[in-house]
Amino acid sequence: MNEHEINAYDAIMEQSDHTHWAFGTGFDDPLAGVDPSVPEGMDAAELAAYCLMLGDDALIYSHRLSEWCTNAPELEDEVALANIALDLLGQARLLLSRAAQARGEGDEDSLAYLRDAHEFRNVHLAELPRGDFAQEIARLLVFSIWRLALLERLTESADPVLAAIATKGVKELSYHRDYAAGWTVRLGDGTEFSHERMTAGLAAIWPYTAELFISNPVEQRIGVDPAQLRAEFDAVLAQVLEPATLTVPDVAPMARVANQAGRDGVHTEALSYLLAEMQSVARAYPGATW
Amino acid sequence: MVSARDIAAQVKDPELPMLTIADLGILRTVREDGEHVTVEITPTYSGCPAMGAIRADVTRHLNAAGYRDVEVRTVLHPAWTTDWITADGRRTLAENGIAPPGPAPKRTPLQLGRRASAACPRCGSTDTVEVSHFGATACKALHRCRACAEPFELIKAI
Repeated sequence: MNEHEINAYDAIMEQSDHTHWAFGTGFDDPLAGVDPSVPEGMDAAELAAYCLMLGDDALIYSHRLSEWCTNAPELEDEVALANIALDLLGQARLLLSRAAQARGEGDEDSLAYLRDAHEFRNVHLAELPRGDFAQEIARLLVFSIWRLALLERLTESADPVLAAIATKGVKELSYHRDYAAGWTVRLGDGTEFSHERMTAGLAAIWPYTAELFISNPVEQRIGVDPAQLRAEFDAVLAQVLEPATLTVPDVAPMARVANQAGRDGVHTEALSYLLAEMQSVARAYPGATW
Repeated sequence: MVSARDIAAQVKDPELPMLTIADLGILRTVREDGEHVTVEITPTYSGCPAMGAIRADVTRHLNAAGYRDVEVRTVLHPAWTTDWITADGRRTLAENGIAPPGPAPKRTPLQLGRRASAACPRCGSTDTVEVSHFGATACKALHRCRACAEPFELIKAI
């Protein structure tokens, strides 16, 4: 090993290949070389629809979490939230790429940047505007307990690509959940003021938890039926709330629109504002690279 | 001519440049079929931004060694685990001040409070504490040694 090779900056600055530049350009297909075929007996359109649901949850929540950069209370938490956002963005890239494969058209970029709000299938919890730190911790706790339970079951998927994405995601989400659980206990069982804020944060996001467990026909047919996750979710949440001296909020679920919500493309107005920001460059300069 | 496997195995990880992708367990298989070389690599984390650079590096190193027809494939299954980091890789990490990971957990039960720490890679003390589950890259956590008072990074066991 020569000295040149162990200097990370020298390696990045090598002139021979532009993909070294800040990893910001030349993103290639995260499923490059993975067998794109859809398992026999599985409906490709339904597989695409299901991958969009799980991919959009990850993409939209990743974007919300990344808004904490320069806004978190401490550097360690900024690093943590950015890392969690990155994991979810990675899951989103794989899932949207799988959706594009199953559709037989488009790619992760066209799905992320060129759809309008009504074409997104994420749950409302993911798109809610950022509140204070306690509210974000409450949302991250609920989201990661739920998604971990979901992906654990999805490791048995009949689609080998989906099963592999889920297996990787399980490892990542257990860290996300433990981070959120640690802060929930620290704030809930902290000072009177932190307890008050954690209680308020949990109450603010709680109306959006009911939606997480409402089954969509596509989920029932080819994915994990979210209704089956409720018992595990409640049990794990209780393990966190008890030492945090918190209780499950007594607030009503958010009303649905004609019995529809995020999985049906019915969203809160917050999603349109989020997309306007997230998609602005890609839409202003179609196909641009930098 | 050096084998394609030996060339690919020497490619460094862009974020842990003291390790080769073989040390890290990212390099799965290298097949030579006449002129055609197929390399299989596996991502560490879903969002690992280094995969594109690793793919380009593998291709570039093989091209430079005379292998013109190179295909680099992503393999997702089975999922990468830190258990695949070689003994050499673990020793190199420690020598560079990064604590190697313990055995990967089989299940994922809720863990409240700090995770177990590891021996300080600088002074060897076990009087260490986790500062944050998350660090400068997806694969590392931040720890601190109470004996020598130095911070250090640890590769998260997954």
